[in-house]
Amino acid sequence: MGKDVFMLGGKEFSSRFILGSGKYNVELIQAAVEQAGAQIITLAVRRANSGGEGNILDYIPKGVTLLPNTSGARNAQEAVRIARLSRELGCGDFVKIEIMRDSKYLLPDNAETVKATDILAKEGFVALPYMYPDLNTARDLVNAGAAAVMPLAAPIGSNKGLATKEFIQILIDEIELPIIVDAGIGRPSQACEVMEMGAAAVMANTAIATAGDIPQMASAFKKAIEAGREAYLSGLGRVREKGGEASSPLTGFLRD
Amino acid sequence: MQTDRRERVNHMEYMEGMEQIESDILDKVIGARSRYQADSYSGQEVRAALSHDNRSIEDFAALLSPAAEPFLEEMAKKAKQETEKHFGNSVYLFTPIYISNYCENYCIYCGFNCHNRIHRMKLNMEEMEKEMKAIAQSGLEEILILTGESREKSDVTYIGEACKVARKYFRMVGIEVYPMNSNEYAYLQKCGADYVTVFQETYDADRYEGLHLAGHKRIFPYRFHAQERALKGGMRGVAFAALLGLADFRKDAFATGLHAYYIQRKYPYAEISFSCPRLRPIMEMEGIAGDGHGGQMKEKAVVPVVEPLGGKEVSERELMQIMCAYRLFLPFAGMTISTRERAGFRDHVIGVAATKISAGVSTGIGSHSEEVEGQGDNQFEIADNRDVDEVTGAIREQGLQPVMNDYVYV
Repeated sequence: MGKDVFMLGGKEFSSRFILGSGKYNVELIQAAVEQAGAQIITLAVRRANSGGEGNILDYIPKGVTLLPNTSGARNAQEAVRIARLSRELGCGDFVKIEIMRDSKYLLPDNAETVKATDILAKEGFVALPYMYPDLNTARDLVNAGAAAVMPLAAPIGSNKGLATKEFIQILIDEIELPIIVDAGIGRPSQACEVMEMGAAAVMANTAIATAGDIPQMASAFKKAIEAGREAYLSGLGRVREKGGEASSPLTGFLRD
Repeated sequence: MQTDRRERVNHMEYMEGMEQIESDILDKVIGARSRYQADSYSGQEVRAALSHDNRSIEDFAALLSPAAEPFLEEMAKKAKQETEKHFGNSVYLFTPIYISNYCENYCIYCGFNCHNRIHRMKLNMEEMEKEMKAIAQSGLEEILILTGESREKSDVTYIGEACKVARKYFRMVGIEVYPMNSNEYAYLQKCGADYVTVFQETYDADRYEGLHLAGHKRIFPYRFHAQERALKGGMRGVAFAALLGLADFRKDAFATGLHAYYIQRKYPYAEISFSCPRLRPIMEMEGIAGDGHGGQMKEKAVVPVVEPLGGKEVSERELMQIMCAYRLFLPFAGMTISTRERAGFRDHVIGVAATKISAGVSTGIGSHSEEVEGQGDNQFEIADNRDVDEVTGAIREQGLQPVMNDYVYV
């Protein structure tokens, strides 16, 4: 098997596990990143912006690609402003576009996300929009210049798993960009399943942050994601169907 | 008669007036076709392809391969499930109307070609009205307007007028005419037609060159991009086909499927469908073996063309395999079964793979109405002469539902 490279925003990655950095003590980030084997880590720009004590940027290991997100943005304009700020802070050109105008479920606003993606892609950002898995929106995001599409598996932070499985599969089948499943994945087995389906990568945060042993759960996710990827690449075997028919009721009429 | 290749125009170069569009689909399809090695697949890959819910390009390749032949019954079973899932019990009916058989092309396998001395005719507006009225009386609500490929004798305005007449009698109007520019497609869409069928004949560009010796049709890429231009012109749907038997039919079927696949991915709102024509004997040919001079004129004779052209006859089993492979690869696509096939074949493939069937067909000009005097000769021989009532009866016999139309032109 050749080298399996995950290309994103012109960079090469060997890990397909994007780790979130929220919801747990910043002191644990280093260990979690190491155990996860993660090469990309997300952070909320609104946290990086605080400065002084507890600045999350100080705790992220060197050599890891930062994926700042625009959480807190309620519309496209706010997301664009946060992204620009992130670039000024030295967080690079990668940006995960998160726009929510619902504080209860934190579901992404697809229409505003398309607008922000369009603006940010034109400004040279590696735009990675987080979205509700809708095929039409995904196509709009492709046309807007997204570098990948990040559909949610379930409401963010819910750990409910692949609630949107059928719709994610549609995006995997129809969209040429990498599909990074983001939000809702609660267990390593779910991360494995979505990789088997052909997702390019998995992003997880709460599942790890709320585990009993954070570094150990990070390690479990790493293995699950790798297993799912290998299964996908090797081609899943067939499922034998019940019964069999010896006769040819549908082709018996053929003459030659 | 353009028998010397050096005297023929470059078939890959656009002629004046031909619109060029930006598209990478031709390279993708032709590249994949040339790489496709049908003999390299095994039963294991066919079994895997059959077990998948969504089938990949590789699955499609396996299903079209000789390794899939022993699995034909299983393919048909799966195809039937997919057809039922997407189309239910419905089988759509239509009929083609040939309004002109003038042609400026020299396609050596076609009865309409410009060197073939057949009786040429084109319907005037009054005749067209009579013909369409006669067809509509049979209960059909969908019509497919066909012409020979002559811009001079059947220009875009003439075709547009035919579409307008057709709209008076039919709820759905499709066209199968020479490829044109997107603004011309837009014009015909306004006139009432919104489905465009273009057969690429073969996706082997070299073979194509040797079969289409003269005329606009000779330009391979212009024909290839017709569906895309039609969609840019606002057409609702497009149909694809290779004329099976002209070249390696597995490769051509593979390319046809990919052509539709890439178009649908680029234009997700487009409706797509397949036709599955096998090359049939044609009327009265001259020098079909390609010697140019020695060929004898045959009076109204029906002559075989596949073997003399160096092609290979496609068997019913092979045709069935292709149709099932199309269905399994693109389960949502429409599929038309031609009257080139015998009734017994057509009746069994509807509901399994095909979704649309023609009835009351004549490939000649002016043959539907008794009020139209004189007739133009046929393009090819048909194998199923049944009228609309007979075909709807056969559909019901299969437990299926004949549907005349399920579409509103907007």
